Amino acid sequence: MTAPATHESLPQRSRLSLPAFIDGSLLTLVAGAVILWFAPVGMGRYGTYVLSLWLVMSVAVMGLNLTLGYAGLKSLAQAAFMGLGAYATAILTTKYGVSWYAAFALSGLLTFAVGLVLGFPALRVKAHYLAFVTLAFSTLIWLIMRNEQWLTGGVFGIANINRPEFFGIKLFGALEFHRFVVVVTFILAVLLWWMIRSPWGRAFTALRENPIRAASLGVDTRTYTLLAFAIGSAYAGFAGALYAPLVEFIDPSPFSLSQSFFLLLMVVAGGSGYLLGPFIGALLGVVLPEWLRFAGSLYLIIFATIVMLLLIACPQGVSGLLERGWAKVSGKAGARS
Amino acid sequence: MAEFIAYLIAGIATGAIYALAAIGFTLVWQTSQTINFAQGEFVMLPAVLVLLAIKLLGAPIWLGALIGIAAFILVFGVGFKLTVVDPMIKHGVLPLAITTMALSIIMKEGAKDGFSAEAQNFPSFVPSQTIQVFGASISLQHLAIIAVAFAVIGALQWFVGGTRLGRQMQATAQNPTVARILGIPVERMVLLTFVINAALAVVASVLISPIYLAKFSNGEVIGLFAFIAAIVGGFNQVRGALVGGLIVGIVDSMAAAYISTQYRLAVPLVLLVVIILLKPEGLMGRKEERRV
Repeated sequence: MTAPATHESLPQRSRLSLPAFIDGSLLTLVAGAVILWFAPVGMGRYGTYVLSLWLVMSVAVMGLNLTLGYAGLKSLAQAAFMGLGAYATAILTTKYGVSWYAAFALSGLLTFAVGLVLGFPALRVKAHYLAFVTLAFSTLIWLIMRNEQWLTGGVFGIANINRPEFFGIKLFGALEFHRFVVVVTFILAVLLWWMIRSPWGRAFTALRENPIRAASLGVDTRTYTLLAFAIGSAYAGFAGALYAPLVEFIDPSPFSLSQSFFLLLMVVAGGSGYLLGPFIGALLGVVLPEWLRFAGSLYLIIFATIVMLLLIACPQGVSGLLERGWAKVSGKAGARS
Repeated sequence: MAEFIAYLIAGIATGAIYALAAIGFTLVWQTSQTINFAQGEFVMLPAVLVLLAIKLLGAPIWLGALIGIAAFILVFGVGFKLTVVDPMIKHGVLPLAITTMALSIIMKEGAKDGFSAEAQNFPSFVPSQTIQVFGASISLQHLAIIAVAFAVIGALQWFVGGTRLGRQMQATAQNPTVARILGIPVERMVLLTFVINAALAVVASVLISPIYLAKFSNGEVIGLFAFIAAIVGGFNQVRGALVGGLIVGIVDSMAAAYISTQYRLAVPLVLLVVIILLKPEGLMGRKEERRV
């Protein structure tokens, strides 16, 4: 929950004498990965599944966070991109016997390429046109998933999607596959952390804050926004590639337009522009409804209402709230010492 | 040929509905930079509220209609502007757009849980008969939709261009700063566009629901096509939204008849992409200058 900008000014940094490239976000990621590696022990199959699902959705939300939170673009097709990845992985592994790793890479590549193709004409005009192009794309993908039975199985979907092996170790059990998801999520999160901290990533932030100023400083606005969108979409493809073997069955319903809206709300709820925000957002959107089973379908209304109130009170989401709280606490501690 | 005329009339009728939604969308965008992603749900909900008022109060149809419509305009015209748009617009266009997405989920799920997950019959004010014109059988309901929608759009055009209040509203849309200097009550004008948006949604809802039936998911397609209509016509033009709506409606109807019923939705989407590639400011639109 540390925004890079404020973290630099914390005085503890020099006393701890950590290598300069390590920051709070990275430490939280490492700690989180370790905890999640052991967390499901004794949780049973379903509890473990929910935890894995949380991480998979976090990957999709992370990608959207790059698009929305760092580059300031509205993509309404994140669930469609996730579907593209999930279907690509399912079709390649079940029908053509391709290994999951190759399918995973291809899913990312495919969604990255489609992102470029969609983003190029839209961003040529104006940033908010991307919202409408992705809206159209989302509907189109959904139609194809539902209608092209020979390829996607139509409304019946694709069943019996196998989970991958890891150097000969079969990951078919819930716990084994969960640990695999933890590792993949961790790698993807660290990759994103590294991207955002690189000079290249800092250009994204410059873009979001003031696109015209960024352009006047020599940032090639169009290329950067396009790449942010394409990489964000690729993360949805990766999430889809994990989702298919996790659930072992896919049909068009989790990749609809409403789901894309829902993913956007998760970004905002967690805190757009915060590296760890997506994990909080997906926690609220995916795990909390499992605990609040009694609310049933009302949960969607409750969640959307919470997000609306959160947006009105604190547009930085839960991460922003936590940061505010932390600033208050550490401010008091600083005054005392 | 007879077939073609029937499809054309059906296309113009649904196009008029899209135009009503697109005009409201454009008005609200012009005066307050609100991209309302709940626009489709705005068209879905009035019919549901009317049926709900009839069911819960046991009221006759006319009274139920009155209560449902008044409640909708109050909550989603005035209330939407005061409780959602006003506090959000300070944070920028993006958070506001996302808030409208949250609103669309709330409206859709609310209609599903609070009313019905099934499609419900909605009373029609014209009989569902067809008449024969030049050998083509044309639905009376379609003709009624076209007549009412065009009358409403005509009245709106007269209001915007021909009355003092309407011109003040137009000035607010074009340049709020100058409008304020000229002594126009800008805030009240913006509120007025939200009320007009809600009223247009009510008209669209009452017209389309006898045909599509009242269902919580109706807003998805209507909203999507209203956005496409607004962009195809020109994002900053009321006239453009009308033309865009009609084009999208006709293209949709023709696509369903002559191309593929499964992929009828896809054809207007292709139209959208073509327009964005070739004439991004829309058919009737002007180029907007960049602002820092």
